[in-house]
Amino acid sequence: MHTNTMSQAVSNGVNTEALIGARGAFEHMPEAAAFTFRSVCDWKEGTHNSNAINGYFGLGQNHERKQTFRIDSDHPEVFAAADRAPTPPEIVLAALASCLTGGVAAVAQHRGIQLRSVQATVEGEIDVRGILGMDPDIRNGFSAIRVSFDIDADATDDEIRALVAQSQKRSAVFDILTNPTNVNVTVV
Amino acid sequence: MKRTDTIVIGAGQAGLAMSRCLSDRGIRHVVLERGAIAQAWSARRWDSLKLLTPNWQSRLPGFAYTGNDPDGFMSKDAVAAHLRRYAATSSAPVEERTGVRSVTADHAGFRVETDRGGWVGSSVVLASGACSVATVPGFAAGLPEGIASHTGLDYRNPGQLSPGGVLVVGASATGVQLAAEIRAAGHEVFLSAGEHIRAPRSYRGKDIQWWMDSAGILATKAREVDDLERARRVPSLQLVGSARRMFFDLNMLAEGGVEIVGRLSAIRDGTALFSGGLANHCALSDLKMNRLLDTFDAWAERRSPEGIAQPERFGPTRVPAAPRVSLDLTGGRIRTIIWATGFRPDFSWLHLPVFDRKGGLIHQEGRVAPGLYALGLPFMRRRNSALLDGVGADAAALAAEIERHGSRLAA
Repeated sequence: MHTNTMSQAVSNGVNTEALIGARGAFEHMPEAAAFTFRSVCDWKEGTHNSNAINGYFGLGQNHERKQTFRIDSDHPEVFAAADRAPTPPEIVLAALASCLTGGVAAVAQHRGIQLRSVQATVEGEIDVRGILGMDPDIRNGFSAIRVSFDIDADATDDEIRALVAQSQKRSAVFDILTNPTNVNVTVV
Repeated sequence: MKRTDTIVIGAGQAGLAMSRCLSDRGIRHVVLERGAIAQAWSARRWDSLKLLTPNWQSRLPGFAYTGNDPDGFMSKDAVAAHLRRYAATSSAPVEERTGVRSVTADHAGFRVETDRGGWVGSSVVLASGACSVATVPGFAAGLPEGIASHTGLDYRNPGQLSPGGVLVVGASATGVQLAAEIRAAGHEVFLSAGEHIRAPRSYRGKDIQWWMDSAGILATKAREVDDLERARRVPSLQLVGSARRMFFDLNMLAEGGVEIVGRLSAIRDGTALFSGGLANHCALSDLKMNRLLDTFDAWAERRSPEGIAQPERFGPTRVPAAPRVSLDLTGGRIRTIIWATGFRPDFSWLHLPVFDRKGGLIHQEGRVAPGLYALGLPFMRRRNSALLDGVGADAAALAAEIERHGSRLAA
């Protein structure tokens, strides 16, 4: 049952007031909304490499965080590799699940819906003959991606479905995966 | 140089409604029309077009439908006849075949240059319509040679199309109507669907427009809406002017053999690329429809109107399990593309600094600048501002402002 009384503040931990304030600022200074995110990837050994994520550009200037985040990647044993870290396609699936899950929390906060638990399970279908170059009709990437949400919240089934639909509508990674994106790779 | 108090640009329903309101207030004015009265209805619409709103919902200031089929839907030619009768009964001072070339500021107010000489007036009403130009995505320039391209403004009927496959882009009212009739004419049809809003023609035994009108939804004021910019961009419901079918939606089209694909994202190397997010667009559409029906039911609960059936809900949009994400446009399978991707006004002749960063007219409920007003734009003052039945209320409100403006100048 969904209750949304003024006296009972909903807290999913998302600062939606700040987001709404940001919208106001960007109306007047759209240049401030231009962000550049980056990752620097260093080869370790074999198919094992390590990404360092820290600096980004936004709000008109460069930013350095207090700590550098790391995302490592490798291939699994069945690919005759050392399985030290997840594969890049798995990291992409994780990115999608994270973007959508974060979005559910933000939309729920904005709509005054209290979340108790949210779990997204994401799966991607891939025919590995594609990356092995065995058949031009088989693509390298996922032929299909499925996400399944299990949500316990102070809301009706319809309201929960609406949260998930709205999250997709405003998700960066959902857009990156479902629409074409220019990727330009150069060598110094 | 001819002089008057108010210059109205456009003799469609907006211009004629404004003319009637000005005449009622004894304000001197002229209505400049580039073609004939109701030109766009006669000459810039497809042959089978019917209004989405029933005949009873064709009310204009001092005028209404008086025929014997109030629940029927007017064809484009019937709308043109309705408006010509309106102009005649109002004795509207229309100058036909007088296209406006420019509107500029003048010490006396505004100077309007036309094909047939100039006019000066203390106020101008922009009533040239919300659908003068078809909006087509920039990547249309990448369309391969040999594919004919049409929009909702130049398409007339399936007979003008070459044999072969047709890609219809856009799934609001224009897109679903054209996809259906082109498919019925025997073409292979693909329909690219992005954001769209599904709606039943009738609900609990009453036409959906009866609900929209009775429940006050059409009269919602611009100032009552949270995100007005978004509300002004809401596309037309997936409706057609006919009571024969309950739904004119993606399910109906798919049953008829139209292949539904996602939003056209890009044309790359002669290949059309569609979004993989079709399922979500369909889910959002169903959610919007159900929210609308919830609003109807809540109103009916409060007001208990006579003669309505029990509430109901409809099965969801059936999305293909794996909609295609690309379509080769170079192999000859597709011969025609129809852009049903929206319309916008044409103010290219308005030479005043009244446009925003993206070329949109800046206005406050139709007030553009002192003495300069707009009419007939989507959700301009109310949700039905761009509808035939809604423009009259806006015309009356702005006519009052025009009268005050004139008095201030005279004082």
